[in-house]
Order: sequence, then C-alpha cells, then structure tokens
Amino acid sequence: MIERVNAWLQEDPFRLPRAFFIGASWLLLFSLLFPYWRMTLQAPQYPGGLRVDVYVTHLAGDVNEVDNLNHYIGMKKLHEAAQVERFLAPLAIGAAALLGEALAFTRRRWMAVMALPAMLFPLVFLADMYYWLYRYGHDLDPNAPLRLPPFTPPLIGTGVVGQFRTVAELQPGFWMALAASILIALGLHFRRVVRTAIERHQPVRVGPFVLTPEGARA
Amino acid sequence: MMRWKKLAVIPMLLALLVAACARGAATPVAGLPAEAQAVIKERGLSPDDIVAALRTYIPGGKYDEYIMFSSGGHSGQVLVIGIPSMRLLKVIGVFTPEPWQGYGFGEKGTLEVLEGGFARGKPILWGDTHHPALSETEGEYDGQFLFINDKANARLAVIDLRDFETKQIVKNPNAISDHGGGFVTPNTEYVVEGPQYATPVGWEYAPLDQYKDKYRGLLTFWAFDRQKGRVDPDRSFQIELPPYWQDLCDAGKKVSYGWVFCNSINTEMATGGVEAGNPPFEAGTAKNEMDYLHIINWKKAEELIQAGKYEVMNGMKVLRLTTAAQEGVLFFAPEPKSPHGVDVAPGGEYIVVGGKLDPHVTIYSFEKIQKAIAAGNFERDPFGVPVLKFEDVKEAQVELGLGPLHTVFDDKGYAYTSLFLDSAVARWSLGGPYRKDGAEPWKLVEKLPVHYNIGHIAAAEGDTVSPDGKYVVALNKWSVDRFAPVGPLHPQNFQLIDISGGKMRLLYDMPIGIGEPHYAQIIKADKLKPFLVYPEIGWNAVKMAKDPNATEPGRERMEVREEGGRRVVEIWMTAVRSHFNPERVQIKKGDHVIWHITNIERARDATHGFALGGYNINLSLEPGETATIEFDADQSGTFPFYCTEFCSALHLEMMGYFLVEP
Repeated sequence: MIERVNAWLQEDPFRLPRAFFIGASWLLLFSLLFPYWRMTLQAPQYPGGLRVDVYVTHLAGDVNEVDNLNHYIGMKKLHEAAQVERFLAPLAIGAAALLGEALAFTRRRWMAVMALPAMLFPLVFLADMYYWLYRYGHDLDPNAPLRLPPFTPPLIGTGVVGQFRTVAELQPGFWMALAASILIALGLHFRRVVRTAIERHQPVRVGPFVLTPEGARA
Repeated sequence: MMRWKKLAVIPMLLALLVAACARGAATPVAGLPAEAQAVIKERGLSPDDIVAALRTYIPGGKYDEYIMFSSGGHSGQVLVIGIPSMRLLKVIGVFTPEPWQGYGFGEKGTLEVLEGGFARGKPILWGDTHHPALSETEGEYDGQFLFINDKANARLAVIDLRDFETKQIVKNPNAISDHGGGFVTPNTEYVVEGPQYATPVGWEYAPLDQYKDKYRGLLTFWAFDRQKGRVDPDRSFQIELPPYWQDLCDAGKKVSYGWVFCNSINTEMATGGVEAGNPPFEAGTAKNEMDYLHIINWKKAEELIQAGKYEVMNGMKVLRLTTAAQEGVLFFAPEPKSPHGVDVAPGGEYIVVGGKLDPHVTIYSFEKIQKAIAAGNFERDPFGVPVLKFEDVKEAQVELGLGPLHTVFDDKGYAYTSLFLDSAVARWSLGGPYRKDGAEPWKLVEKLPVHYNIGHIAAAEGDTVSPDGKYVVALNKWSVDRFAPVGPLHPQNFQLIDISGGKMRLLYDMPIGIGEPHYAQIIKADKLKPFLVYPEIGWNAVKMAKDPNATEPGRERMEVREEGGRRVVEIWMTAVRSHFNPERVQIKKGDHVIWHITNIERARDATHGFALGGYNINLSLEPGETATIEFDADQSGTFPFYCTEFCSALHLEMMGYFLVEP
C-alpha cells in the first residue's frame, strides 16, 4: 500500500496537492445537495419539534409552520430572506469549485489566489447567515400581535423565544464546504513543500511516505 | 361481643393466608413497589382486577392494538373505540348532523350527503344505526371504507377511512325500513342491505289483509365503486323475497363465495292486531317450530340482472320473487325457531344460526346445501321457493343455553355466541377442518356471565376469513347496576373479554351514553392509514379532491354580481392562526351569499371552526380543507363570526364581522 503510493508519487510529486484540489472542488460541489444549517424549534405542542433546513439553494422542512408562528411576532417569511444569495449560490459554488480545480493544473505561485473563493466560502456562508438572522430578529413588524425586543436568533447553539427553544446547528453541507476549504489549504501547503523540495533537491518524507523522490525535477 | 368479632376475624385472616400461600410467589402483586401495593389496598382491588387493569391500560402516547367501529344506535352515528383500552376516540357524524365536525350545519358538501338520505325529499336527520361493515378484500378487512345501515329509514352510509367522514348516504327507493345490513361480499363488490318488516312492494299502500299477495321483503345489493368511494345505484339491484321478515344476513366466503344467507322470523306471516283480539306479533310470529334460512346465490342473481331479467321499480332493478325461485337464486332451509343471527364460519364451510327462542345454535354445511340443491330433493313453499330438507343440510346443533343470538369466531377453531336470556357468552368448539387439536367438536366449552342482556358480540377481525382471537366485546343492552346512576335512561354496557387464555376473562366495562349500539367490528389498528392533515391546501373533504374554490393565501377576495335579478355575493376566504381574511364582509339584506373558506394550515391538529351566529352555521375546517356555505342573507344586522376550535393563544381574536345592511 505504502509502496504503491510512493511509486505513484514518484512518477509526479505534484499529484498529491492536485488530488487535494480536485477532491476539494468535488466536495464543494456535492455540498449543494446537503443542508448547511438547521434550526430546530421545540415546544410542548410540537412533539417532534419543527425543523428548518437551510441549503445554499433553498429552504426545506416545516417552513410554512415556522412562518405561520413567526407572524405572531411580526417576523418576515423565511423564503424572502437571502433570495439573491440563494439564486447566486450554485453559480458561486460552481465558479469556486472550478477555480479550485484549476489550481490542480497550474503551478504558478500567484495562481494561489484562485483558491480564495473556495477557501473562504464557509466563512462567507456563516457571515451571510448571521446577517439574515440579525435582520430577521431586528426588522420585526411593529403591528404584529406580539411585540418582542429586537433579538438575533443564535447562529450556532440554543436560544429561547416564547415557549420555543431554538437549536441552531451546522449541517453536513457546511462540514463538506469546510473540509473542502481545509483540503485546499493542505493542497497549497504541499504544493509549496514539493516545489521547495525539488528546488533544493532534497527528498521530503512524511512518515513512511516519500513526497518527493531524490532527483525529481520541477 | 368483642370476642365474637375476633373469632370471625381469625378464620378470615387464616383464609387469606392460605389463599396467599396457594398463589405463592407467582402472584404479580408480590414484588410490586410499595406505592402500588398501597393503591391496591386503598382501592380494594382483587388480583383479577389488577390483571384486568394491566391488560387494558394504555399509557399516554401509546396506541391501542385494535380499533372498533361501533354502531352509535339511535344517535345515527358511528363510534370509534380503541381496544383494549376501550377509550372513545371519535364519534363520526353519519345520519345525524354533527356540529363539531361541521357536518350538516351549513357546509354544502355535507348537506348534500345528508340530503342523499332524505326520504322522497322529506328531511330525515337521525338514524337507527345497526350494523357497521368494514370493506373487505378477499374476505379480509382492508381498512379503506366503512358502511352502516339505518334500520328506521332503510338507508346505507359510506364512510371513507382516509378521513373518518361520511361521504354518501343512499336511501333505499323501495324499502321503508331495513335490518340485515350492511354487510359486504368478500371483495366489497356489493354492500348488502337486508330487509325486515315486509311492506307492499314499490312503496305502495295495501291493507294488511292483502299481506300475502302484496307485502314483500327486498334484499338490496348496493354495488360499490371502490375507485370513486361511492355506492353506484345504477349497478345495484334488489331481490324480492316473501314477506317472512328476513332478519340478519351474512355473506358466504371462500368455499361459499357468491352466496348470501339470511334468516327469517315470520314465516307465519302474522299481521298482528292485538287490539282486534288477534295474537300480538310477539306470539303470532313465534307459532311455527321452524322458520326459513334463506340461501341466496347472488352471483346467479347478478347474471340474471345482467341478462335483463328484472323490473325497474322507483329507479331500482328488482329481480322478482318468481324469477328468483325458478332460476336457482333463492332456496330455503328450515331453521328453529324465530332465530336471530346468521354467521358464516371463517372458511365459509358452515353457517351458524342462533336459535333465539331455541337453546341451540344450528350449524348448516354449505357442502350439504349444494348437494341437496343438486339432488333436487325439495318441496316448494307457497311462493314457489324450493325448501331443502333440514336433515339434508344440517351439520350439527349445539345446545348453548337460553337466547343464543350472534356468533363470532377466533383463530383456534372456537365460536363465541351471545346468550341474551342467560346474559352470557358461550364458547364452543367448531368441528370439521377447525378441529385439529383433538378437542371434541361441536361442544359447549365454557360460559362467561356478562352484564346484562347481551345482544351482538364482536371479535378481533372476527368475521373475516382469518380471525385474530385475543378479544371479544359483548354489546350489552342493559347495564342496570354497573355504573353510577345517571337517571332512568341507563347507559349501554360494552364489556371487553380476553379470549387469549384457557378461560375467558372479563376485562373492562365501557358505558355508552349516546344510543343503543347494535353491532361493531374490530380491525387491527395498523390496517388504518388515515390522513394526518389533508393532502393539499384546498381539499374538498366530501369529493376527496382539490376544490375548484380553494383559496390561495393572497388571493382572498369578494365578488358581487347580478344573477336572476338579485345580488350574489361570493367570498373566497382563508383561515390561518389567528385570523380570517377578509375579516369584514359587508353585504345587503336579501343578497345570496356563497362563501368559500380554506384553512391554509399544514400543521397537524391546526383545525379552525367557523360559526356564524343567527344563521345556524358551523364549520370544521381541518388543515388544508376548503368548505363552502351558501345561504340567503334574510336577516339584517351585525353578525360576528368566529373560530370555534380553540386554535391558538389569539383564538378569541380570530373573528370577523358579517355586516348585513337593511
């Protein structure tokens, strides 16, 4: 097993970072199919709880019922939030994934910039999610039946609104995007390691793995 | 004095000690937590009580294993009861308007259902519900539909078990009253409605001295269209029978598929007249030692109908008595004596007749009946109907006790017969293919007292081709001293009996305070797959399809138009927690109002009501449902309308004003 990997790397030492970049872009693309974030509302009269799953492209779960309840405190309907983001998300993810993938086929240093969109995507998602949570908790209809002081529903963790306990959690889609981000970082790192090793004509080993064989050339 | 008391106490204590030792460590009472022991002591419960309690208690949030659909008797409704807990789960409005369900209080669809049961236009808003019948596929309950008859007015209702609501009532066009129905043929090809009190055929007048010539019984085969979930009167037919007062009926199954059996109680053709010195009906109808079991080949009758051998009476195809007698549709076999129930064994081989005035159940063999018919060894009654010889068709008679009425079956080859006069349930062994355990066939095994005057008896899936055993329910007519007194009109008493062990064991008394139920059927609960909410917003619960007037949120509106010289106001409204939209409806006196309301909720149990005071209107709008009311605004005034189903913290605010200008 180890020997086969070493033999594979000996043919072309850049295969390792390339594998990271390609894996990352596929992970990012597949994350489209999974929810990124979930809010569960628990209250005595909803024995199974109510659930809203946020995908980067759409919402799923008990959206109607949550909207229905939210109207009492004058909160806007959930599907009205982040419409632009949800429209652009597939394009953005596609582009970020493509750029990430492109890294695999270039060795130019400055091209590392192309990694940024994919690497930053999870952070952008969280920031945008927080922005909308803040807006929804602050932009409440003053004519609603119940008036609450402005609040921000939790991005991660639990909160309480009325008889509802809300639990916000990150979901597989987000973890996939985060993994993609980490894979790209690793890819960049190993690309540098490999490049340096070749320039200095020094073999690099990680445990039993020989990342660059002696005498390899860039 | 004190000494005597002590002397009395000591043997009692000794007896208790002996009893406790005899039960030994096996008694479940030992080892119970101290609190349970204290409760047992405080409430004075016997070990039997404790077992009964443990067998019937269903913790909150857990479900019953079986669901019983019971006739609601005079209430005209159907009761839905969980078994073994004997908890009432629902009362389904059937023949009687039911305000909670918005059944018959303004909602157009439900009013049309009720109108289907009017007698020649005359409103009939109650029913004497007798025999519920679950739809069957190959002789097994399939959990799709429930049928029930109204004895008083000869009607049949169809309940869809997707939402437990009544979808159709049909009035028998030729019969005034009925009895032996509804029951279904094994694939619910037909729902059969048997007659009882003979009347002149075709809804005519005839004096009683023309009883033999003019009066008849009519056995009705209502064709059921499973796809539409409706009885189809155009494909239905009736068989004319002699005026013998047919009583109960049951459909043959498996080997006897294609046949129906009914018994009769007035082959004497008594016409009463106690006021004129005649024997009263109760004596006149009981004169003969034998009445006639009716043996009817419905497959043959269906062929004759399809071949056009019928007359149309009041829109219904009728196979005349002479045709039925001559063409091999109708046969008789003697049965003792003014019997009551007729029940076909699970495999269809035997037909069990409860003697009522005779202490036996008489068991007929379907095979022997077929042989006797083939041999042609029969006489004919005054109407030309072949009468088979009792000895040719009888399989066995089992003496059970006084007043045997109805019989149900278990999974171990035993039958359970209600004994009205003995107030007991008799367990007895079947013979033939049912007797593989070596027990003696056709023999009374055990009798269990019930309280009191048992009528029908129901068993878990007990009249299917594969009964489950486990439970039997005695439907007792009298409760006398079983419950706290609530005035002279006493509740009925349903008693749950455990039949799973070696001995029958009484588990629970359930009072029924709404009418006198007749029959009930018990289905395995997991066969029922009802909606939790209606499948889509805008559902018409009578048509079981999306309503063309379903109102989407944001499309609420009111339109006014002229029609035939008057103003018609049409409103499309939505209901959601906690408001109607629109909340103000302003019209003029004399306007004709058509009002559609859609509950746009998707949450389970988020039902809204709609009551309009002064106009006799109340609706139940279950999640997704669209209902329509239509009326003339014949009184001016300011009418608040409001939600009658407590829906939310702001339920009281869920209202609006219906303003009718003078």
